[in-house]
Amino acid sequence: MTAAALYAGLGVLLALLGGLGVALRREAVARVLAMNVMGSGVFLVLIALARRSTAGPDPVPQAMVLTGIVVAVSATAVALHLAAPPDDGDDA
Amino acid sequence: MNAVLPVSWAPVLPVLVPLVGALLVFLVGRGQARAVALGSAAATVVTVAMVLMDVALRGVRRTPLGDWGTPLGIELRLDGLGAVLLATAAVVGGFSTIAAAADPPRRAAPEGFWSAWFLLWSALNALFVTGDVFNLYVTLELMTLAAVALVAANGPAARPAAFNYLLWALAGSLAYLLGVGLLYAQQGTVDIGLLASRGRDEPVLRAAAVLMTLGLALKAALVPMHRWLPAAHAAAPPAVSGMLSALVVMAPFAALLRLWTSVFAALPRAQVGVLFAVCGAVAVLWGSYRAIQQARLKLLIAYSTVAQVGYLFVGFAIPGAERAAVYLAVSHAAAKAALFLAAGTVARALGHDRIAEFGVISERFPITLFTMGVAGVSLMGLPPSGGFIGKWLLLEAALSAGAWWLVATILAGGLLAGGYVYRVLAACFQDAPDDVVTHPVSRTAELAALALALVALALSFTAPWPLQLLAEGGLS
Repeated sequence: MTAAALYAGLGVLLALLGGLGVALRREAVARVLAMNVMGSGVFLVLIALARRSTAGPDPVPQAMVLTGIVVAVSATAVALHLAAPPDDGDDA
Repeated sequence: MNAVLPVSWAPVLPVLVPLVGALLVFLVGRGQARAVALGSAAATVVTVAMVLMDVALRGVRRTPLGDWGTPLGIELRLDGLGAVLLATAAVVGGFSTIAAAADPPRRAAPEGFWSAWFLLWSALNALFVTGDVFNLYVTLELMTLAAVALVAANGPAARPAAFNYLLWALAGSLAYLLGVGLLYAQQGTVDIGLLASRGRDEPVLRAAAVLMTLGLALKAALVPMHRWLPAAHAAAPPAVSGMLSALVVMAPFAALLRLWTSVFAALPRAQVGVLFAVCGAVAVLWGSYRAIQQARLKLLIAYSTVAQVGYLFVGFAIPGAERAAVYLAVSHAAAKAALFLAAGTVARALGHDRIAEFGVISERFPITLFTMGVAGVSLMGLPPSGGFIGKWLLLEAALSAGAWWLVATILAGGLLAGGYVYRVLAACFQDAPDDVVTHPVSRTAELAALALALVALALSFTAPWPLQLLAEGGLS
């Protein structure tokens, strides 16, 4: 099995585990972490796919991953703010 | 396929105008936020009208963004489906903005609310015109984040629902992104037109189809992935709930339609069709049944959305019913937004939304009662209403396909919808004690809701033109 295929398989596994975590865990922070694991899994698959040819890495999936990371970071920030206990004087 | 379409910058405008509005409203700050918001809404509606006239006169438009062409550049494509959806978003968004501006809860940061509102609108419009599956992912995320922010705008009590919504929506987006990656790895492009022409029935395409369909169906709240919806739509401010049920849930379904009629057109639809038909049928029956059981109006309406989404997927599954599904989605958008706005008025008037105590509505809030009735007519699928036209077309297609069990389901769904609409209306006509305290409500908000409900009625008379547009856009 090539390295790329190995990483792709790992990525799929991580994505599945993360997805299960989002679905099944109860605690808010655990779910946010699971969502990040799922994201990392998907990004890993994309990076592995960037290496699918011997002519060198393909930058387009890497660009997709960068976009995905930006989205994941913003979404994590929003999720953590929503999960945090509300303080007084905090507007939604 | 793309290169022969004429280039125009028209498709960019419906995305750009609300985006600029979002920025302006944030810069202007809380003093003028409402005024700028109303102005931005008006500008968006006018822009969409102009762009649609352009498309109606001169046909499908495409815009290569940055003048970089495919396969790497992102192209926007405004076709029949996009035009119908843009118009829907404009009408629902316009009236909802009026209602939200007229009847504001005590918002601590109105500029934040309105910014998110116009970001949502911009993201929706972007989703309707994008010609690139990865750009579609970006628009889905933008839409999700803005929608979650708007749900949370109702105060700390809405946060758990918003949080759950965010996580599920993100899970769906990640599944979708994985599918996009697979598509790119195999075809070397993410442009919808190119993918459509290069698509063959292969394992990788099937895997991508499964992933992307799963992600989009989750975001559209198809049973059994609907659990996040009732809490989120009930917890949001009323105008936001209207936008969510009307547009935010419909957009992923529209994306699914677009994908399956282009990128995945080479794949046989039979298996996914059966799955969608079964899930859709369960959604129709289960959602309506749960709606009848609810004690609170907003939850009732939210479960009604779950049921109506079921109809959309049933339409997807039946050959020849795609346009019916879209028409049903458009009518549902108007009717559901009207219903949520009316529910907001009721909640404002009474201070709660417990259906059992609605007796005073018929005496003191006749406009709102009428709005709920009219919206209910469309949801039940009674003539004359857009809902009736959509259901009629759906039944026609189901009968020609010989899917008797779907015919029975659709009819049963209409009956059950009648059940929950009747529950609400009957409760409003009960005798109420004279000492019930009601608060004043904004007449503008009531009228905006009524206008949307009348739009749902009017859609029964305007069917030929959108259906023709959709057919030209490649839907059956």
